[in-house]
Amino acid sequence: MSLRGRDVISIRDLSKEEIAEILVAARKMIPFAEGKKVTHPLEDRIVAMAFFEPSTRTRLSFESAVQRLGGRCITIADAAATSMRKGESLSDTVQMLTSYSDAIVIRHPNEGSAQLAARVSPKPIINAGDGAGQHPTQTLADLATMQEAFGTLTGLKVVLLGDLRYGRTVHSLAYALAVFGAEIVLTSPPELRLPRELRAELEGMGAKVSEESDVRKAVRDADVLYVTRIQKERFGDEGEYRKVAGSYRIDPHILSEAKPRLVVLHPLPRAGEIVPEVDSMSHASYFRQAFLAVPVRMALLSSVLAHGRGE
Amino acid sequence: MTEVRELRITPIRNGTVIDHIGNGLALDVLRIIGARGLDKDSTVSVALHVRSGKLGWKDIVKVENMELSPRKVNAIALIAPTATISIIRDFKVQSKHPVDLPETIVGVVSCPNPNCISNQGEPIESEFRLSRKRPVQLTCVFCERTLDDFLSHLV
Repeated sequence: MSLRGRDVISIRDLSKEEIAEILVAARKMIPFAEGKKVTHPLEDRIVAMAFFEPSTRTRLSFESAVQRLGGRCITIADAAATSMRKGESLSDTVQMLTSYSDAIVIRHPNEGSAQLAARVSPKPIINAGDGAGQHPTQTLADLATMQEAFGTLTGLKVVLLGDLRYGRTVHSLAYALAVFGAEIVLTSPPELRLPRELRAELEGMGAKVSEESDVRKAVRDADVLYVTRIQKERFGDEGEYRKVAGSYRIDPHILSEAKPRLVVLHPLPRAGEIVPEVDSMSHASYFRQAFLAVPVRMALLSSVLAHGRGE
Repeated sequence: MTEVRELRITPIRNGTVIDHIGNGLALDVLRIIGARGLDKDSTVSVALHVRSGKLGWKDIVKVENMELSPRKVNAIALIAPTATISIIRDFKVQSKHPVDLPETIVGVVSCPNPNCISNQGEPIESEFRLSRKRPVQLTCVFCERTLDDFLSHLV
């Protein structure tokens, strides 16, 4: 399989087979991502990192991925330091980056920006998050972590917890889980439920989807607990936010009834959803998840860029 | 009755008749047609609340000396999906067809998502794909937001 020259805007751009192959390739990339082995498939290739909003993990893991593959990066890390501050359009900025690089990784605060970049640029565009829209490589890292822990995605019982309404990562993940035949349990405050159309779509794909508002019950027979951040701005008043956020906080007590092999994931950064005491428990896999983003992005970049010149 | 009908809706020599507009929607159709593009000798006739065998009640708009651009036809199709458009030349109906939406609709309605890149002054037009036919629903090709309230988002 090769994704040579392809744009990756949404997880929906990838077929089940393509996702599965990226996960296999990512697994093989682990020793290279750890620096234990050396490979240079991206030698002489330049990847533009166009980050128009702050990001630590995503940008650094993409930069690490490119450099571990022997490629080089040119980086916009702060939109305020570019001509966009002078009113330059995203379209113009992307045109410029197209002539300076072989592929563009883009993160932008507006939904649809990666799609726009893909229209403007003949070079491959990889979406690293467009506002509240898509973030496909996060989903790939999530899947890679589950796959590593269980050897499969099919049949896993995955609890999605927190902001299921607005969370950008959780929508792509729910879709991908449905593609692979996982069972999905939705646990959220009523005001942050998964959008109805998405749930209907998942069920239409044959996925088993259920709702369980009690975190403790949901966790009891789950294989994966995927925790997301509940944002303060989604609530009218501070008190309501505190109450809701408090009732969804994961601590050792909640996990005491979980299966020994339960894997706890979080796209990070966390803001109190998982207390630090959980970090030392065998369930805690969110730092592994953050690391696996590097081999996953390496697998994707080498597939999109490595063979041939993409012209 | 024929006499009364003719009084209400006089024939035109050349132009466009938009018939079977849902009751009460004629003024919105007029808004789409716009006054600026009219020929200086054109007359626009509007009939509101007309008996219709098909719809019960309907509105009709006739515009002399004007044929509608495909974009305007698309906009009418969005807000008045039951409408039919007849082109009149020399008092004769040259063509008559129901409005129909293409798979891709460009520059007719704006995305309802204020944070969508198509609403940020980029040098692009709004673009939707027809994601459902009945009732019509559009999906923004940039941000994937769906739209089914077209009137308040006409460009």
